[in-house]
Amino acid sequence: MLRRIGTGLVVLWAAATAAYLALLAAPGDTVDAIIGDGADTPLIRSQIIQEWHLDRPAVVQYLDFLWRALHGDLGRSYLLQRPVSEVIGGQLAPTLTLAFSAGVLGIVLALVLAVTTRRPWARRASSTLELVLVSTPPFLIGIILLSVFSFRLGLFPVSGDQGVAALVLPAVTLALPVAGVLTQVLRDGIDRALDEPFVVTARARGLGERAVLVRHALRHALLPTVTLIGWLFGILLGGAVIIETVFGRPGLGQVTLQAVTSEDMPVVLAVVVFSAFVYVLLNTLADLAYLIIDPRLRRS
Amino acid sequence: MTIALDRPVSVRFRRPRGLGVAAASGFLLLAFAAAVTPGLFAGDPLAADPLHVLEPPSAAHWFGTDQLGRDVFDRVVHGARHSLSIGIAATLVAAGLGVLLGLLAGLSHRYADEALSRGFDALAAFPLLLLALLFVAVAGPGTVGLIVAIGIATLPHYARVVRSQTFVVRQAGYVTQAVAFGDSRTRLVLRHVLPNVIGPIPVLAVIGLGEAILAAAGLSFLGMGPQPPSPEWGAMLSEGRGYLSIAWWTSILPGVVVTLLVISLTVVGRRLQRRFEGRTA
Amino acid sequence: MISVRDLRVSFPVGRTVVPAVRGVDLDIAAGECVALVGESGSGKSVTARTLVGLTGPQATVATSHFEINGQDVRGYAERDWKRLRGSFAGLVLQDALVSLDPLRTVGAEITEVLRTHKVKGDPVSLLAAVHVPEPARRARQYPHQLSGGLRQRALIASAIAAGPPLLIADEPTTALDVTVQAQILDLLAERKATGETLLLISHDLAVVSRLADRVLVMKDGRVVESGPTSSLLAAPSHPYTQELVQAVPSAASRGRRLSSAGPALREPAALYSAPPASSAAPSAAPSAAPSVAAAAGGGEGFTSSVSAAARGGEGYASSVSAAARGGEGFALSASAAEREEGERATPSSSADSVVVRAEGLTKAYGRHTVVDGVDLTVRRGEIVGLVGESGSGKTTVAQLVFGLVAPTSGAVAFEGAPWTGLKERRRRSRRRRLQFIAQDPLSAFDPRWTVRRIVGEALPDGETAAPLLERVGLSADVLDRYPRQLSGGQRQRVAIARALAPRPSLIICDEPVSALDVSVQAQVLDLLADIRATDGTALLFISHDLGVVHHLADRVLVMRDGAVVESGPIDDVFHHPQHEYTRALLDAVPNLEVSQA
Repeated sequence: MLRRIGTGLVVLWAAATAAYLALLAAPGDTVDAIIGDGADTPLIRSQIIQEWHLDRPAVVQYLDFLWRALHGDLGRSYLLQRPVSEVIGGQLAPTLTLAFSAGVLGIVLALVLAVTTRRPWARRASSTLELVLVSTPPFLIGIILLSVFSFRLGLFPVSGDQGVAALVLPAVTLALPVAGVLTQVLRDGIDRALDEPFVVTARARGLGERAVLVRHALRHALLPTVTLIGWLFGILLGGAVIIETVFGRPGLGQVTLQAVTSEDMPVVLAVVVFSAFVYVLLNTLADLAYLIIDPRLRRS
Repeated sequence: MTIALDRPVSVRFRRPRGLGVAAASGFLLLAFAAAVTPGLFAGDPLAADPLHVLEPPSAAHWFGTDQLGRDVFDRVVHGARHSLSIGIAATLVAAGLGVLLGLLAGLSHRYADEALSRGFDALAAFPLLLLALLFVAVAGPGTVGLIVAIGIATLPHYARVVRSQTFVVRQAGYVTQAVAFGDSRTRLVLRHVLPNVIGPIPVLAVIGLGEAILAAAGLSFLGMGPQPPSPEWGAMLSEGRGYLSIAWWTSILPGVVVTLLVISLTVVGRRLQRRFEGRTA
Repeated sequence: MISVRDLRVSFPVGRTVVPAVRGVDLDIAAGECVALVGESGSGKSVTARTLVGLTGPQATVATSHFEINGQDVRGYAERDWKRLRGSFAGLVLQDALVSLDPLRTVGAEITEVLRTHKVKGDPVSLLAAVHVPEPARRARQYPHQLSGGLRQRALIASAIAAGPPLLIADEPTTALDVTVQAQILDLLAERKATGETLLLISHDLAVVSRLADRVLVMKDGRVVESGPTSSLLAAPSHPYTQELVQAVPSAASRGRRLSSAGPALREPAALYSAPPASSAAPSAAPSAAPSVAAAAGGGEGFTSSVSAAARGGEGYASSVSAAARGGEGFALSASAAEREEGERATPSSSADSVVVRAEGLTKAYGRHTVVDGVDLTVRRGEIVGLVGESGSGKTTVAQLVFGLVAPTSGAVAFEGAPWTGLKERRRRSRRRRLQFIAQDPLSAFDPRWTVRRIVGEALPDGETAAPLLERVGLSADVLDRYPRQLSGGQRQRVAIARALAPRPSLIICDEPVSALDVSVQAQVLDLLADIRATDGTALLFISHDLGVVHHLADRVLVMRDGAVVESGPIDDVFHHPQHEYTRALLDAVPNLEVSQA
């Protein structure tokens, strides 16, 4: 476990370093990169040089960047005239709400689909549906849902983040591809588990099919699913950028997109480091979950 | 007499049979043909016709017209070139670098392997889209940035497969046997390890191509790809989005084509995968 | 209790339907122990599972008469079978490590049976009933925390939890070491003594002979012979049964051929096209593409462990030929001797006929010592057996001698010159004199290569593969096949051909026959004996199977916990074991009354 936390820190360090290198690699000198499309005055330039220690040797600049990142100080956006942590923190809530509800919805949908579609025709229908969901660009799903439920039927608002109604379509849009992938993995895991000898033993005890599925096979199927948690996070956060654009929702995705278009590097770097942090955190949690599910990995 | 002793409960996932695979292959062929010689299938994607703006699909305009009166079908056909070439180039970058680095990690000693693997982890730690955005932020929007971004972001996928496969092959009995015949290390890697490791890569690349195309469309949708008026699929969706309430075809039909292409790639890729597994297993 | 007539079971494989059972009649009376014996693909496991309605989803089952406890069960639906399973019949499968859910405690597995059938009882007392020590603690543990024997006991406890009158045991001891196997057989005998009915499925005649009242011998989905155990084994009437009995290697079989046919003949066709059933879970069978490697899949670690009646203390003089050959002096055939003359170029002192000498071989991984001070000598044309249970370190010894692993201390000399401690580059020129045959030949072949290329690679320049293949009993039409297209026996022959190709002075064989069926094993053992006789190639033969070693080896080393506890000429060691562990091993081997020794 300690080892896992160690590797997590290494990954974080590598991510921060990569982000820093990206800043150096940006065209023009570093001060320009940090200013981006913001106001360019001698005062601001000197502020930047002071904040990033650009007058000191490169090693010091780098170590200082790491040191500040370690303390959660991700710099200041000169374009927005605010500390980056404030920019991200202010927009975190809507994105988290969206990602969380979509994640839960996707997982529940996947569990239900994988467990209930065991009969040949049902599984074929479900497999086809999964393939379509996985292969459809999320923005297309969003656009179709919008045009049907908002424009045609007028059931949900077209944009905004006011109230639960505004959350329904974005969450569903984000949840569908997640459900598609998870169902495939779960179903495959269940199929594999059902081929194992212990399932024969369980059936030979007189256990019903549902009990075999829920008490034995499903737990085994959860193992490969848990390792997907990092991927799930990527889909949810990456998807949030697109979904927020489609549905005109405020959030981290919008902040990122704006920062990229206006070349506001401090914000871009901060988002990168922040997302790596969440990824490492989630993966560590996944390892813990693994230990809970699989006793073979625990030290006896 | 025949009795059913057990109800069917664990029938394995029926993979697409002949018909689906044939349809998918056909669609792929068409898409590739369109990418190579779009003029053969469609007219000028940039020809605006102010008199026929936002017309619904008809015999004259199969996919309708957009806000400038351009034929959506023509644009979709010409868009194939952008999407496929970006996708293929990105996949080549990813697979090429991935195989190289994965093999290196799999063959090297513990510390080098550890360093490379953590590198793959770090790359995988970023959502694909975010990583691509970082690249765009550094290099500015455009086709090349898109290719490099998607290529590097999907690289860990190939590298990890090659690395673990290399471990399997290194342990395999036939490598032991090659030692028994006095094969040198280089000879061993070239004759046994590399060919057995590289096998699944082309198939992975077919499926990966779908992923790359999806990512490219997503980035274009956000305005990070080829700039207007280039007929890029993601960009078309983005443009058409503003007219969604009055002209759904301008955005939804190009999107459906992307979906069909990705589905076809997945279906064909899985089929190839199954063939391949059947051959070696 | 059970009465079946003309039972037929078939599985769809691809577009065709492969019959696994073709017309079996089976009666089991209350209180008796019936055994189904057969090799892989014979349909014995499928037959057994039909009795609890567990043939798997895609199987077609047809029968003219099928009664359980006087009830016609032909129209039974899943719901009806569910009631019978566990309460009428308990099922015990091969390896409890995979037959018990690895994610649940042993106690939870047993409780599940009790709850399903609403029977009163508790897992702790059930574990105690099958002689699991510290049952309360064990009940809280997971299968992987228990030893193989304890796991198997726990599995049996779960099978008998709901008090079924019938216990079906499908290869219940196959995955176990011989001493543990003996304990489990004792436990089953105890169940039988309490009046429980037992259906035993096994490939191992010796295991069966110890328990069963009645034996049915199955082959290709049919019962070829049946009758009371003692008379059937003493005087088998069907040729296949005779062949099976004869194929069992033991002290008594020393010096005679095990297989009835010549080496070039009889490769059971069943192996190639067999439905992948047998003791592998039949539910897995129809789903995956039919695996040709049904026999070699590793799922059925075959322990055909049999020792002769002779050993039991009743005059072992019966094995005359064995005694005659028991010494170390082995005459080389003319051709081999001639070749040796020609190959003196390799470093070897002519006075000494030692091929390999290992002294004080020790291998430790961290604090864990796997091999501890092993001395080993193999002379020209000699077969040296290395026996031990799992974890005894015998495979590590093989790797040390082969030079795949460097010893922590100690040294190996090969053909009179140092072998360990050299850089691999400096060993390369001598590498071809030392070859290796592994248990699983499939993984030992590059899957992209044909047999022609595999064997050709090993041959000196200018020689072709065909004559060599003929020597190992394979016809030229396997030349262009890929390894996965061969049966388990064919693969092991190709592996032998490849090992022979560079004309080595020593071949290390690591469990070369333990994945094979008895009749195929017999052919491969005959082939190995022939090769030693004609080429004078020395063999270091590693096996867990005392019968196989006693049949083939001249000298034997018995290993335990990384050290050699006893060594010497085979008959001395096996007939007059000095060390208590050797005695325990030998006592644990089930005996088969072989009449025609």
